[in-house]
Amino acid sequence: MEPGTENNMTKHTPLHSAHLRLGGKMVDFAGWDMPLHYGSQIEEHHHVRHAAGMFDVSHMLAIDLEGAGALALLLKLLANDVGKLTEPGRALYTCMLNPQGGVIDDLIVYFFRPDFYRLVVNAGSADKDVVWMLQHAGQVRVRARRDLAIIAVQGPQARAKAWVAFPGLEAASAALKPFAATWFDDMLVARTGYTGEDGFEFILPIERTVNIWNTLLDAGVQPIGLGARDTLRLEAGMNLYGQDMDEITTPLESGLAWTVSAESPRDFIGKAALADAPRLRAQRGLLLLDKGVLRAHQKVHTAHGAGEITSGGYSPTMNQSIALARLPIDTAVGDIVEVEIRDKRLKARVVKPPFVRNGTILI
Amino acid sequence: MNVPADLKYAKSHEWARREADGTVTVGISDHAQEALGDIVFLELPAVGRKVNAGEECAVVESVKAASDIYAPLSGEVVAANQAVIDAPESVNADAYAHWLFKIRPDNLADLDALLDAAAYAKVAEEA
Repeated sequence: MEPGTENNMTKHTPLHSAHLRLGGKMVDFAGWDMPLHYGSQIEEHHHVRHAAGMFDVSHMLAIDLEGAGALALLLKLLANDVGKLTEPGRALYTCMLNPQGGVIDDLIVYFFRPDFYRLVVNAGSADKDVVWMLQHAGQVRVRARRDLAIIAVQGPQARAKAWVAFPGLEAASAALKPFAATWFDDMLVARTGYTGEDGFEFILPIERTVNIWNTLLDAGVQPIGLGARDTLRLEAGMNLYGQDMDEITTPLESGLAWTVSAESPRDFIGKAALADAPRLRAQRGLLLLDKGVLRAHQKVHTAHGAGEITSGGYSPTMNQSIALARLPIDTAVGDIVEVEIRDKRLKARVVKPPFVRNGTILI
Repeated sequence: MNVPADLKYAKSHEWARREADGTVTVGISDHAQEALGDIVFLELPAVGRKVNAGEECAVVESVKAASDIYAPLSGEVVAANQAVIDAPESVNADAYAHWLFKIRPDNLADLDALLDAAAYAKVAEEA
């Protein structure tokens, strides 16, 4: 079966057979049959915090924007200011908003030239993103790059192991700063990720994906499922689209004010709505003080009213349950709140994410 | 799939073992622990609680989700296993060696109504 084609409605990445061979427990993720784990999710989580692991994230979509109007288009479509990107390979995290100020998607945009940018968007939003961009694109070419796959190598040893795997990569990428990318052969190598650890994301032609994956395996990089990816990003205080962000909530109420470049004179879609929107809630972290597990959609009772958990779970690094929550704006770090879990109300402390970065607990 | 022949099973993936003292020990099947993934927290019923067959009486929280555990038969809870509360991962390591609670059944014959290993293996396969 060809990568990216459909079989029983479920899409496969070029690494699908590799996951099955490695004993991956496969689950549906946004229409893609993806590995949840290869044995133990918790063990995989620790491996990324302490050594190096790799994720197949080829279900995410790279979209290239090419043409004279590319910069102007992105200045209008994105809430963060792509005008800040001037060095080729530099990247920016941003939301793409609807006119009401809701989040259509969150993405990373790479700058190469004012007439050439690459965006990497979420699997579940990819189709609507492309449709939205095409509506505004004019003469700019919007290319959905389903001919590319993405492998993320993450962990304190990630870069060193990748350098062992690929001769010449160290020379090409040792000087790369966080949120910067460079070309290596036909791969884009970016010092980005979604775990709170150092590492690379490789965006590469699908024909070479299995070979690159196996080379990394041979260099001692362990495969990691999407289950650990979720607990790693939660510890790192990073939002997940569809849970911590959605089309009816502004980025200001999703902990993403830092990504909205509202002060610049440029107009972008959603800007006026954000200026008018009442800011009643704010994203905070929660640390469960009682025994149990925080989960998305649980109700939170504070002295200032009710709020809701948007992402929650068990933190393997802290051996404690943590969450991201949308709480009344007056709720302060240090407050003790109550979370409704089944028939009980459990105590949690309001904290400032991230919980863990670079292997260190920050709470 | 590991389905010991000497145990009885509920469709909802609990196992039950008759003890010499007339009580019934309850745990979750190997298939259940596998499907749940790494278990991180358990909530067990209070000793002395009266439960009805099919009633939610415990919760297993894994990295993935919270799952209800049902009483496989009616009776009184006479013990809850503190060892699995202290080490939830032990249920993943061996789901049959690490029981969750014990019931003194109202009617021990209710045990016969549960699935035998062969019938449960079919249920688990189709799940």
